[in-house]
Amino acid sequence: MASVLVNVPKTAKRGEVIEIKTLIAHPMETGFRAGPNGRLIPRDIITRFTCVYDGAEVFGLTLTPAIAANPFIAFTTVATQSGTLVFRWTGDNGFSVEESASISVE
Amino acid sequence: MSPSTRRAFVIGSAIAAVMPLSSARATPEQMRKAIEAVTRGAKINTGKVTLDIPPLVENGHTVPLSVTVDSPMTDADHVRAIHIFNENNPQPHVLHANLGPRSGRALLSTRIKLNASQRIVAIAELSDGGFWSGAAEVVVTLAACVEEIV
Amino acid sequence: MRSLPAIVSAGALAVFLVTWAMAQTADPRRSGYQEMGASLRAMQDDDSANPGMLWVGEGRALWARREGAAGKACADCHAGETAMAGVAARYPAFDAATNRPIDLGQRVNRCRVEQQKAEPLAPESRELVALSAFIARQSRGQPIAPPDDPRLRPFVESGEALWRQRQGQLNLSCAQCHDDNAGGRLAGATIPQGHPTGYPIYRLEWQAVGSLKRRLRNCLVGMRAEPYAYDSAEYAALELYLMSRARGMAMEAPGVRP
Ligand code: HEC
Ligand code: HEC
Repeated sequence: MASVLVNVPKTAKRGEVIEIKTLIAHPMETGFRAGPNGRLIPRDIITRFTCVYDGAEVFGLTLTPAIAANPFIAFTTVATQSGTLVFRWTGDNGFSVEESASISVE
Repeated sequence: MSPSTRRAFVIGSAIAAVMPLSSARATPEQMRKAIEAVTRGAKINTGKVTLDIPPLVENGHTVPLSVTVDSPMTDADHVRAIHIFNENNPQPHVLHANLGPRSGRALLSTRIKLNASQRIVAIAELSDGGFWSGAAEVVVTLAACVEEIV
Repeated sequence: MRSLPAIVSAGALAVFLVTWAMAQTADPRRSGYQEMGASLRAMQDDDSANPGMLWVGEGRALWARREGAAGKACADCHAGETAMAGVAARYPAFDAATNRPIDLGQRVNRCRVEQQKAEPLAPESRELVALSAFIARQSRGQPIAPPDDPRLRPFVESGEALWRQRQGQLNLSCAQCHDDNAGGRLAGATIPQGHPTGYPIYRLEWQAVGSLKRRLRNCLVGMRAEPYAYDSAEYAALELYLMSRARGMAMEAPGVRP
């Protein structure tokens, strides 16, 4: 159960710049930390986030172990037309989560 | 304040004083190399980039950070990428974001980990191939009363 | 989900009203929220930026899931997103079956076992914390209102005694820090008055949501004292005392703390 929160305005005017905020539950384990047994805890992070709006990638982020746990990512995009925004987080150990939100643009 | 309370305070401030110093030194050089890998030696101009980060961080596990770049974000003139670098985490290149005219504004907010007080640099790569930068100094304090296993 | 903005603004308004009312009477009590810098306050205030809301979302999903031999979901007996409004503000409450106070997590487990016929959730497990966050979120903005139950009085008193008792290798009491030195600094952190307004909280130090007991446990470890067992009477007494000390202050769950 990967838990995700995305905040996209439900409606916008054409050409308006909208802010999008996302949160995802993930430990972002750095790979540099020792566990209770003294051995390194293997790296387990999200490495890439993208937002695709009507087929085009409008924002992408490459993440490293220095991004805080439960990553928060906020960015902007121009409301071009009614449609779907698809958010995708991928990372170590086959991590892959997709979430979408629709927007209606007048 | 009773003597025992004072002792706890002394222990706390001793930790706070030692931590940043012992680990803060070695790596401005690594940050410079990581920046060079991105700019491939191109000149970096100062300005246009605003790095918003609290000057005093209450817990280095989660440091809110936001970057804005002064740009019209048109097809002809926009920010292609934003990079964040730090001096003191094992990997100096913290993130890079891809933006474009469809971003509308050049803005990015996220949260990073910082293990000590240090300087953070944001670099924007523009559509004309130019690089612009902004920087901020951050003081990281330590949380009190933490759990045994950190 | 659709009514969330309405709930949010109602909650924000209520927090404002309670805070305003307290300011009018010059209440010297301060929530830990007020000791934080602007960026952490902003993180708590914005539901789309507050990581605690991830747990609230998980709690919402668990609330609707059928569990146990009875095959019932919480939602089957407690209808709607507001069924638990005000509940977290009046826990711990007296439990007649065991003749002692139980806190919100223990109350949830009571329904797990007796109503759902399921195994109890482990203290501080992700599921229990998520359900508690979902429930406590529904009390945001409401005043803390410990029950006026005479059977609770001896427990509040023993909680206060624990609060004032010096313990641990540093020979400190909770009161020495949170009453006598509140507002002072410890290892860079501001010592808050120690009010249970935000619980369960997203603590940056944990990178997760945790209960008030987990927070108390951290202070005990900091005092080099032996932490109590999770279901001990000591925690219930301390939680009760803290709630009575904070009576009338606004609930903030899920709070954000350093
Ligand atoms: C040495 C000083 C000290 C002692 C003794 C101490 N605490 Fe704390 N406590 C702190 C500090 C400092 C924080 C805030 C930590 C931070 O922000 O990193 C805190 C936080 C708290 C909080 C969280 C408040 C909030 O805003 O969420 C509670 C509740 C609390 N303490 C209760 C207790 C109890 C109960 C005891 C006794 C068992 C105790 N403390 C003993 C220093 C102390
Ligand atoms: C089969 C029905 C049933 C199910 C399923 C059930 N409960 Fe309950 N719950 C009750 C009843 C009955 C009460 C007692 C109501 C009262 O005291 O007014 C109660 C009381 C509570 C209370 C205390 C409310 C108060 O006002 O003090 C909480 C909290 C609670 N339930 C949480 C849960 C959670 C969480 C779940 C799912 C894990 C759950 N319940 C599942 C029937 C149920």
